[in-house]
Amino acid sequence: MSKLVKSILISSALLSGAGFGATLVSADDSGKFGLGREATPAEVAAWDIDIRPDGQGLPVGSGNVLDGEELYTNACAVCHGDFGEGVGRWPVLAGGHDTLTHERPEKTIGSYWPYLSTVYDYVRRAMPYGDARSLSDDDVYAITAYLLYLNDIVLDEDFVLSNENFLEIRLPNERNFTPDDRDQEPFYAAKTEPCMTDCKDGPVQITMRARILDVTPGTVDDDAAAGVGGVD
Amino acid sequence: MTETKGSGSTNLSRRSLLKAGLAGSGAALATGALPAAARAEGDPLITEIQDWNRYLGEGVQARPYGTPSQFESHVVRRDVEWLTASTESSVNFTPLHELDGIITPNGLCFERHHGGIAEINPADHRLMINGLVDRQMVFTMEDLMRFPRENRVYFLECAANSGMEWRGAQLNGCQYTHGMIHCVVYTGVPLKLILEEAGLKTNAKWLMPEGADASAMTRSVPMEKALDDCLVAFKMNGEALRPEQGYPLRLVVPGWEGNMWVKWLRRIEVGDEPWHHREETSKYTDLLETGKARRFTWVMDPKSVITSPSPQAPVRHGKGPMVISGVAWSGNGRITRVDVSIDGGRNWQTARIDGPSLPKAMHRFYLDIDWDGSDLLLQSRAMDENGYFQPTKNELRAARGENSIYHNNSIQTWYVQADGTVENVEVG
Repeated sequence: MSKLVKSILISSALLSGAGFGATLVSADDSGKFGLGREATPAEVAAWDIDIRPDGQGLPVGSGNVLDGEELYTNACAVCHGDFGEGVGRWPVLAGGHDTLTHERPEKTIGSYWPYLSTVYDYVRRAMPYGDARSLSDDDVYAITAYLLYLNDIVLDEDFVLSNENFLEIRLPNERNFTPDDRDQEPFYAAKTEPCMTDCKDGPVQITMRARILDVTPGTVDDDAAAGVGGVD
Repeated sequence: MTETKGSGSTNLSRRSLLKAGLAGSGAALATGALPAAARAEGDPLITEIQDWNRYLGEGVQARPYGTPSQFESHVVRRDVEWLTASTESSVNFTPLHELDGIITPNGLCFERHHGGIAEINPADHRLMINGLVDRQMVFTMEDLMRFPRENRVYFLECAANSGMEWRGAQLNGCQYTHGMIHCVVYTGVPLKLILEEAGLKTNAKWLMPEGADASAMTRSVPMEKALDDCLVAFKMNGEALRPEQGYPLRLVVPGWEGNMWVKWLRRIEVGDEPWHHREETSKYTDLLETGKARRFTWVMDPKSVITSPSPQAPVRHGKGPMVISGVAWSGNGRITRVDVSIDGGRNWQTARIDGPSLPKAMHRFYLDIDWDGSDLLLQSRAMDENGYFQPTKNELRAARGENSIYHNNSIQTWYVQADGTVENVEVG
């Protein structure tokens, strides 16, 4: 082999070989890339604040109705009203019993929410609005106890809510939640070809016009004009 | 309240258009506005030399991050003030009537926040995986950028899109009736890869993504969906996520309601049961007429709307050729067909779908008609590859009552009058 050929072979071996240190990346046999690091127990504890209906995540602690009333009055009533009735368009928290079939249902903790754990979890993670995570675990127990009292689910002013008795409280509307069965609705279940011609008898009549309400932004002089419905 | 079409005054609609500044800009565009004398000599925009043709314009770097033309300043997101108690927990709407194609520009993607926009330096952002995994883990943004990534186009629709229309026609403009949707191309890491990095335990059945914002948004996501097509995304339309869309990291849950696409994603807990948190119990459940409520109604069913003409995009050109343009989408996959009616649903014609047809992405459709100048009752009806088509408003109300708020995917009607004004109406 000539010197020239040898040197070409050597350089091409270098170019194609391990000299540049790159192979295609792929996960190992266990599906891992070796990225990230293990979370410390303190890190997990700092962020893992969620509560489930079976009580998983509930911290040790307690709070009573009267302490809850004081906390609520100071931190919550400005938006939710002294009795959970809601100020303006802020959420109503209490009342609304037996209104779910009405034209204007009032969906409150007592009338609609299925699980008490949701109240504890939400107050703990997101309330008071604009000052989240400022309440102690006992504060959240107390506020939750007061919300039960406002909803007539507990009647005793001396009631104490704790991680010990939390699961004994059931909200009245729990059984009224059902799985998604939209696929059984007639227009989906049929899966028939829709009508293309002469689908209605005679000229189509207008039955409702948006301008009767006219709540579109920029179309009304009175800024207080408000329509119905909501996004939340 | 029943009226036959064509009756009634149009003064209010005209006044509304003028107040919204729409009619004014339209008049200048119309060639009919040219005085007769000027027409005889020729259009001065052609016969006279214009400033932009004589003088130099701005140089490069005058606009280091480009913005739309000054003549497009009306193309913005808008909100409905009466809808919510505060702007930090509120929504604004994509100006669908001004857009074309299937991709929403980043600055026009509607916003929905529950605790305002979190401003997070990506160097300070962490993603934690905890719960039923072999190893509880923390990833930095740099770690996440080292996983293999994918690019996918998806629509994101708020479950409450069209929610204000459940009880009847209320808002004049598809921006307000249908604007809680956007469609962008996401770049991100398949969630499956990140979960496998931590190692799923055999009883891992549910995920709980959580946001780093002041609402610490949480939802429960079933494992099958997470392993199927979810992404942990850091780019939209090629650039970093906008702060209002979850910068630096958001979850992408294709075809499912927007609330689950947790923004500012900081943690994913793995569990064996759903969490039943606030946004999947007191909100985002569908109250039926019976008093029962459906929960975990995740998929966004097929839906469409004509974006032009529409109340904010009236017809200014008179009779003759008219482009009817709209968008359609379905969380079940691709849109296979869109039918359009100009007579309120009596007769239908199949529209032309143009541009990419991708699963769980927005589709653009057109129907090119020769308008005779008479009143139109425009409707569109989308079908998806699952064989589902949009119900009428009355069919939807018959099945669910009027208290559902969410998942209103019924057929929209626009009433185009002879003078070109367009109104949101319902028909019998």
